[in-house]
Amino acid sequence: MKNPIESLNKIFDSRIRLGVMSVLMVNERVNFNDLKQMLELTDGNLASHLNTLEQAGLISVQKGFVGKKTNTTYQATATGREAFRNHLNALEKMIKNID
Amino acid sequence: MTDQQEHISALKDIRNMMERSSRFISLSGLSGVGAGVAALVGAFLAHREFSRFDQRSFDRSAEYSAGLNGEADLEFNLIRIAVGVLAAALASGFLFTWLKARRSQLPLWDRTTRHMLVNLFVPLFAGGCFVLSLLFNSPALVSPACLVFYGLALINASKYTLTDIRYLGYLEVVLGIVNLVFPGLGLIFWTIGFGLLHILYGTVMYLKYERKSA
Repeated sequence: MKNPIESLNKIFDSRIRLGVMSVLMVNERVNFNDLKQMLELTDGNLASHLNTLEQAGLISVQKGFVGKKTNTTYQATATGREAFRNHLNALEKMIKNID
Repeated sequence: MTDQQEHISALKDIRNMMERSSRFISLSGLSGVGAGVAALVGAFLAHREFSRFDQRSFDRSAEYSAGLNGEADLEFNLIRIAVGVLAAALASGFLFTWLKARRSQLPLWDRTTRHMLVNLFVPLFAGGCFVLSLLFNSPALVSPACLVFYGLALINASKYTLTDIRYLGYLEVVLGIVNLVFPGLGLIFWTIGFGLLHILYGTVMYLKYERKSA
């Protein structure tokens, strides 16, 4: 049997990245400030984690404007959704196995 | 063992974030009770207006020749009562929900609040315009229209808040449709839908979600 630990995605070791993905799984598109408020993070901290997720192709970024202010929104990609689901399944399996 | 606890806590985090980011969960049951009480008071005042109007109808012909219009008077007073009830219901809705959000240390105003309010008020505003026109053109339909539009608004908003509110929405719609069969009993149906159902729903919600954490 395949060891479920292998299916755990390293990227989701971080609770913050896990939190970002959880939010993007149930909300189609979320902007930076709303993410910041929901996860209770500072700008710099959130930005660096978003960057990691984007580099890995798990989320996509759209830059736009609301009036003169920049409005950057984030969306989970199909790859991201798949990776998140696999990660959840792996977590579940590990809990069941140890029981 | 610690690994397992780590995984369980990760799953809890995920669940919590999914719920908190997509639904406005601070809506208090007491808000419903407050709105219900406001509706009962409003229904009582409206009832008094109706009986006053009925008494006056004995000498309506005299009034008519004197240039008074009792019916316009009645409609004006009903609108005044309705605006008062709406203001009181919104105020109590805001107050108890604000208290609950503060107690659970959740933001009162975020994207879930915006989503819930937009989804509630778009059908409600359309219904409001509709009802205002009915009041002058076919008053018997006022109460059914209030109930049906309000029920649909609740069903729509339930996607963004506690799902239980959906059942209140269904009940309001059904009550509104039944009211169509008894057009003369509008005030009674309105009182049941906006007064009693609100108080019942609010109490159930309060006991289900808030009493334990209070």
